Amino acid sequence: MSETSVSVTNKPRKQRPLSPHLQIYKPQLTTILSISHRVSGILLTLGLVLFTGWIVTLAGPQDSFDAFQAFLGSIGGQILLFGCLSALCFHTATGVRHLFWDAGVGYSIPATYRSGYAVLGFSVLATAVVWILGMNWLS
Amino acid sequence: MMSGHEKGLRTPLKRVRGLGSAKEGVSHWWQTRLTSIALVPLTLWFVVSCLGIEHTDYTGARLWIASPLHALPLILLTVIMFMHAASGMQAVFEDYIHKEGRKLLVIYTVKALCFGLCAVSVFAILRIAFGNQS
Repeated sequence: MSETSVSVTNKPRKQRPLSPHLQIYKPQLTTILSISHRVSGILLTLGLVLFTGWIVTLAGPQDSFDAFQAFLGSIGGQILLFGCLSALCFHTATGVRHLFWDAGVGYSIPATYRSGYAVLGFSVLATAVVWILGMNWLS
Repeated sequence: MMSGHEKGLRTPLKRVRGLGSAKEGVSHWWQTRLTSIALVPLTLWFVVSCLGIEHTDYTGARLWIASPLHALPLILLTVIMFMHAASGMQAVFEDYIHKEGRKLLVIYTVKALCFGLCAVSVFAILRIAFGNQS
């Protein structure tokens, strides 16, 4: 048997050094974008409830749709809508960045930082443009 | 140098195919990626369409969906969006929930909710599309 065989007791045979815990590390652009991609994905999943609400009330009588539009126009609705829009812009941008990585493109540290800042710039710009153009949406 | 044989009976060919014992292998990973690729154009189309002034009110939006050119991509967007959400949420739960029973329960509850909301949304689109024929 070789040195690497798994012990039957399932205990580590030797006290190996552990990697430093997450809290030890200074937050970096790469790590922040990575976890934010996840968080925005979770938010968007919750946002799908809004999407279903929109399409279902649209299929119903006009009263139901007007009520839903009024909800979206309220302060709470606007915050939800803005959260969904910014999460959508961000998640789409970081998602495309991930697809490039999956294809093996852009792995170097400088390229990672360039794409990271590009993703942030795109998200802010796209959110602002769509939000401003969409102002007439609820009027 | 020894090849990877000492850790099990699987041959290197078996390992490199990456299918595992359930023969599904990386299909979950692929599903998340492929749905994300499809969602890029569909999302852009939907956001740009939502910005159009003419179909933001009740009648306008219903007329807009009544066209097959809009209803079909909207159904595709809906289905693929929910598939991607279910697939992504599964990856999150697999990473953070360590108790096997609870993990399965949460993954499949969320999946069921996604399927349910997806069915409701698609039905609503079809109802508008067919209801507006005259």
